[in-house]
Amino acid sequence: MTAADIAAAVRSGERSALEVVNEHLGMIEAQDLKVHAFNLVNAENARAEAAQIDARVAAGEPVGPLAGVPLATKDNLCTKDLPTTCSSKMLENYHPPYDATVVSLLRAAGAVSLGKTNLDEFAMGSSTEHSAFGPTRNPHDLSRVPGGSSGGSAASVAAGFTPIAVGSDTGGSIRQPAAFCGVVGMKPTYGAVSRYGLIAFASSLDQVGPLASNVADAAAVFDVIAGHDRRDTTSIQGFIPAAQAALNLGVDGLRVGVLQELSGGGGSVPGLAVDVLARTREAAEVLAAAGARVEEVSVPSCTLGLSAYYIVAPAEASSNLARYDGVRYGARVDAPTASEMTTATRTAGFGAEVKRRIMLGTYALSAGYYEAFYGKALKVRTMMLNDFARVYKDFDVLLTPTAPTTAFELGTRMTDPLTMYVNDVCTIPSNLTGHPAISVPFGLGDDNLPVGVQVLAPATHDTQTFRVAAVLEAAAQEARL
Amino acid sequence: MSPPTEPKLPAGWDLVVGLEVHVELDTATKLFCGCINRFGAEPNTNVCPTCLGLPGSLPVINERAVELAMILGRALGCQVNRSVMARKNYFYPDMPKDFQTTQYDQPTNSDGQLVLPDGFVVGIERAHIEEDTGKSVHVGRSGRINQAVYSLIDYNRAGVPLVEIVSKPDIRTIDQARNFVDELRAILVVTGVSDARMEEGSLRIDANVSVRPEGLAELRTRCEIKNINSLRSLGRAIAYEANRQIDLYEDGSAPQQQTRHWDENTSRTTPGRSKEDADDYRYFQEPDLVPLVPSPATIAAIDETMPQLPVARRAALVAATGADSVAARILVERAQDALALEAVAAGAEPNKVLKRLVNDLAVDDWSNLDATALAELIKMESAGALSASQAKQVLADLVESGGTPQTYVKRRGFEVVDTSELKSLLEQLVGDNPSEWKRFCAGDQVERKKMQGFFTGQIMKATRGKADGKMVAELLNNAALVG
Repeated sequence: MTAADIAAAVRSGERSALEVVNEHLGMIEAQDLKVHAFNLVNAENARAEAAQIDARVAAGEPVGPLAGVPLATKDNLCTKDLPTTCSSKMLENYHPPYDATVVSLLRAAGAVSLGKTNLDEFAMGSSTEHSAFGPTRNPHDLSRVPGGSSGGSAASVAAGFTPIAVGSDTGGSIRQPAAFCGVVGMKPTYGAVSRYGLIAFASSLDQVGPLASNVADAAAVFDVIAGHDRRDTTSIQGFIPAAQAALNLGVDGLRVGVLQELSGGGGSVPGLAVDVLARTREAAEVLAAAGARVEEVSVPSCTLGLSAYYIVAPAEASSNLARYDGVRYGARVDAPTASEMTTATRTAGFGAEVKRRIMLGTYALSAGYYEAFYGKALKVRTMMLNDFARVYKDFDVLLTPTAPTTAFELGTRMTDPLTMYVNDVCTIPSNLTGHPAISVPFGLGDDNLPVGVQVLAPATHDTQTFRVAAVLEAAAQEARL
Repeated sequence: MSPPTEPKLPAGWDLVVGLEVHVELDTATKLFCGCINRFGAEPNTNVCPTCLGLPGSLPVINERAVELAMILGRALGCQVNRSVMARKNYFYPDMPKDFQTTQYDQPTNSDGQLVLPDGFVVGIERAHIEEDTGKSVHVGRSGRINQAVYSLIDYNRAGVPLVEIVSKPDIRTIDQARNFVDELRAILVVTGVSDARMEEGSLRIDANVSVRPEGLAELRTRCEIKNINSLRSLGRAIAYEANRQIDLYEDGSAPQQQTRHWDENTSRTTPGRSKEDADDYRYFQEPDLVPLVPSPATIAAIDETMPQLPVARRAALVAATGADSVAARILVERAQDALALEAVAAGAEPNKVLKRLVNDLAVDDWSNLDATALAELIKMESAGALSASQAKQVLADLVESGGTPQTYVKRRGFEVVDTSELKSLLEQLVGDNPSEWKRFCAGDQVERKKMQGFFTGQIMKATRGKADGKMVAELLNNAALVG
């Protein structure tokens, strides 16, 4: 059942929210030992919230657009009085005193969070293997990774544990796992969704977004969570989401650019798998057949994105993660002096990938290296913004693969961070520019695993990404029939 | 208030000082959250996820703090710029995020100046906005963090808005350094930017000190002196440090650039971190905040509503009352200059107004006292209708409860018996006590004094103490001369 079906059934009284929640909790209980999508299943709270919704329905009171819809919440979004761990030993027993804005908005809309989903520690990774609590597995093939860092949220949707989920996307952390798990995942325009209560990885890149089994449900979640929040200074004033309204507009007359550097065209980045490229080309053909004007387009600075990202994101992370010092909350390893205590705490509390990025970022910001690294990365960012602005004069949206390959096997990239980082090559540009992008499942790879294609749009044109994704989704479903 | 003895530098050396002054802004709430900005509350009661740096929290800038910073900037003649907040990264337990949100290469205010009361001009490099840290108390042994048995941290101060004013190295004497802080403090108070109380830590000073052979223009290696808690310490710390550096040069050595701590007990500066192990703060733009872009209209509005600054207020007071510079400084600092001006304009004798206010109005709250009442009081005093001590008492009454001086003069029975009344009273007393009068007129020094006491006592008794003692003495002496 889709989220829309559940909400309609709950609203009409045809099904009780409690029944829906219990059914999904049952699935989790039966199957999550294998998948490990969840760090925490919060059955008691979920049942209580579902019962409240049922009471409102029974009393004829209004319920939200997501009434009774089971939701999975990435474990880096703060939930009041419930553990919020970032899949790190550092925050293993941390209970925030407040809810993230996104968590509050979803609850107000009637969604019922069943629990907190696994992620790469502090959202740093592309496979959910960098979790202090063990990896999540891809429900399509348990020997494969679900992608990351929102691997738990993507796996929850793919396994049918919850029809919808929320994740965070700093360099592709919603879209890449969505592609690997065969679900829809969307990164909104930077500032479209409040970051208040999202535990920061890289503040200028982080954005909360929806994952869902279908485009309409993702749009419904987006419409709930997007909008200005006065507690987040970087949130866009006056932003009013209207993704659902655009789902049936089609793409007739839309100008679509196939971004050649990320799609195997001239000057393309290496390492893009043949099957993934083939699906991307087929997607372009589908859009052309539906009336879009499709052309190849070049954004040369795209190829610099990966390098710039792996300077900017670790630099911000090195600062954002400094607060985990053992003084106020979270893990503490005692030692004779305050600075030794902080060192011991951080040594024990952080995993290898987090430490690697803190060191990279610290180095990139250091006196004498700032200009060569961080300063240059900022210039690349500006260059990319200019390049995309130029391209968007002639195009409404751009098309690329979401990830270079389908889901890879667990353990195959853990020893080589660079090949792991290359996973983000197609998704990173949207984070560096702050633009919206969606990944929508489009066929299978040679290994019969899902392939995702990505639709990019200029800032605040989030609706366009849903609109194009809806057309691709319909074509993919038709092809499967 | 006499200044402490000015320590002297050896001949042949010039002093070069730049000051960094941290000032807590007088806002209702903190810089990035809605917590109350107040000194002296129970530890860790004015805190929230944002000022505790809890995971997922975000800063939202306090617009009033930005406004106050710009007001100070304009009062110092600064250019007010488009500015950005930056992160200064270093670990310290009382800093919740382990970075301080401050401004780095794009400060709100730059390129201003502060004119000292004697006309000497000190350049202002910048005046930027930043957040305060929490407050640590290290318990045990030296009181420093690494020898502490345990430490207590109060985060009430964390996130309190500060402006750091950085002077150019234009200061050449210890007096100038003290006058700089004094004048800055006056400006802060007059503009309402800060209460600038050193004793509560809402104004804190670091001094960059170097020396050079007299007449040279070069800037030599400087040391930054921290932990200066009063104006007195400022002078002593600069003097100690300058002499220390001069000794090094004269021994053929040279000072190293370093941070040094002023120790009030030993009256010495001791080294903190030296340059080699100095922190690398890894500044970068704060991604959680957007640039502060003041509109020309905002700046124009600040200029239009800028209150009259201390230098102009002192000048006005001096011009209208003939006040000396000390009185002018005190009354402007206490914001009693307007009261003095109004009282004088209402016809009160300037000298007496100044004296009464300077000596007898060092109180926190004098809102009950209005200028008309003050002028009346001073006029009564000038006319001899009230003695100095009576005027003091009535002034205290006015401060306490307001109203007019006549009310209290009556209530306290201060109506003065006039001269003609006294004269007839004296005539009657002389008639009633002829032998005593004789002893007064013809007696020796001792006898005369004794009898003066007798007659004064009788007059005071008859007037129930309302007679002016001075006037009585005068009358007695005049009458004795006549016989």
